[in-house]
Amino acid sequence: MAVLSFVEVADGKIKKASVEAAYYGSKVAESLGTDSIALVIGEAGADVLAALGQVGVKKVVQANNAKFNSFDSKVYTKIVAEAVAQSGATVVVLSFNNNGKLLAPRLSVKLKAGYVPGAVELPVFNGNTAIVKKNVFSGKASAQYQVATDVKVISVNPNSLAPVKGAGVAEVMQVIPTTVTDADFGVVVKSVDKITGTVPLTEAELVVSAGRGLKGPENWGMIEELAKEMGAATACSRPVSDVDWRPHHEHVGQTGLTIRPNLYIAVGISGAIQHLAGVNGSKVIVVINTDPEAPFFKAADYGIVGDAFQVVPALIQEYKKFKAAH
Amino acid sequence: MKILVPIAKVPDTTSKIAFIDNNTKFNADGVTFIMNPTDEWYALVRAIELKEKQGGEVVVIHVGGADADQIIRKALAIGADKAVRVDADPTDAYFVAVQIAEHAKTENYDLIITGKETIDYNSFEITGMLAELLDMPAVALVSKLEVENGVATLKRDVEGGTETVEVKLPLVVGAEKDLALARIPNMKGIMSARTKPLAVVPATGADKLTNIVSYALPVKAKECKYVSPDNVGELVRLLHEEAKVI
Repeated sequence: MAVLSFVEVADGKIKKASVEAAYYGSKVAESLGTDSIALVIGEAGADVLAALGQVGVKKVVQANNAKFNSFDSKVYTKIVAEAVAQSGATVVVLSFNNNGKLLAPRLSVKLKAGYVPGAVELPVFNGNTAIVKKNVFSGKASAQYQVATDVKVISVNPNSLAPVKGAGVAEVMQVIPTTVTDADFGVVVKSVDKITGTVPLTEAELVVSAGRGLKGPENWGMIEELAKEMGAATACSRPVSDVDWRPHHEHVGQTGLTIRPNLYIAVGISGAIQHLAGVNGSKVIVVINTDPEAPFFKAADYGIVGDAFQVVPALIQEYKKFKAAH
Repeated sequence: MKILVPIAKVPDTTSKIAFIDNNTKFNADGVTFIMNPTDEWYALVRAIELKEKQGGEVVVIHVGGADADQIIRKALAIGADKAVRVDADPTDAYFVAVQIAEHAKTENYDLIITGKETIDYNSFEITGMLAELLDMPAVALVSKLEVENGVATLKRDVEGGTETVEVKLPLVVGAEKDLALARIPNMKGIMSARTKPLAVVPATGADKLTNIVSYALPVKAKECKYVSPDNVGELVRLLHEEAKVI
């Protein structure tokens, strides 16, 4: 018995979403009285891997091959399933991030394992049965999923729980053998288009977002400046990306990205239900809007009824003061 | 080219979310059901565009009861050629994926295009499950899809950017915004949809791997704390000292 978490590496570092998955896996292992093992696919230094011990991982196994650097869900499924067999894992934990959304359901089929997508809390076990909470109806409700299969697959909603770090050091094991052959590879990466210099939206802890209230794309300078000061990612509402004021990859909402940062600052966004669906998992929401009747205030923790062109520059100044003092 | 598009039935986005039977069942009373938006706007329309360009056939499949026929007819009106409805209660994602895969195995599809997660359970399961059941490669969060000489070129979202990848058909695709422009059915489409074939087939026996035991609504609506626009420093203080997020 063991709990196996699947950990992704980007640019030699463990992805934030994967640190959360490994932490979740360790907590599950703790409650089952078993070992937390992390499977890392991709290249990272031994010290980076050993640091997974800080979130309770006892052993790190690797599948390290230059060919594994790009994501092919079929290949990854085979590797993870083999690691599950070798470690005798009964629970497999992944992140409900871009890759996890394809890999986890494939594993569910391959292992004939009940799968809970996007868990927001730790599971509660009763014998072989686990009950796991996840959000449904775009965050407007939650559901308790019951899984009683011998092996269980859980993907963790990003930013749902904050890993508590200790002083542990994980034992880094050798590269595990895999039976993956050239015939298994189907996805060939031709080019990568990274948006440089900004924080990836789905990994961001702080997000500054703006909408139609900004009146035109030429007014985004102050939003970008505030985001830069705070180390935040920028986002936007759908109408704004639809008219190309902002790029599509910044669109959060029902048909765009779903994000759950610690802080979401919405400027000039009225808060249509479709937009809220993408952000209402945020820990704290700040709404800045001239219209006191904007529905977004009902979902906000803090609100300023005022003109963005006055409030945002003031916020930049105040944040600079705060940063200088802390 | 033969393309299969699985479509789901979901409550309209503006529906009131409530539960009955001691919070074990969604209250469908007075709720309008629609085709899952990303299934309709992106997966289905891109499938139709590819067919219009290169010839072939677009088949939609739905797992559910006769109350979904209206949604299926809409898919036909938008431009799908025929439809299959597996007459069964869609108990969990695995059960649904098995039904779709069993149909797909008999038809040799070149492409299966799904939407992204449905707006009710937000689970993103069918794309990956289908691919594994059919032993096919899969690419999700796809905002661009072209097919030439049996090879698909796709643009997919990765954290912090996009990647362009090539995959040989057959292939399972999970559609994302920008893959196509939504279409509204026209009168000709609506008329022809009435006579397009809709085959109702029985379910294949399959296990379900999960069970929803209860639902809950958020405990309370948030109480918004207002800060004066002339005292923005107070907001920074609250975010640091009270909310502890900066």
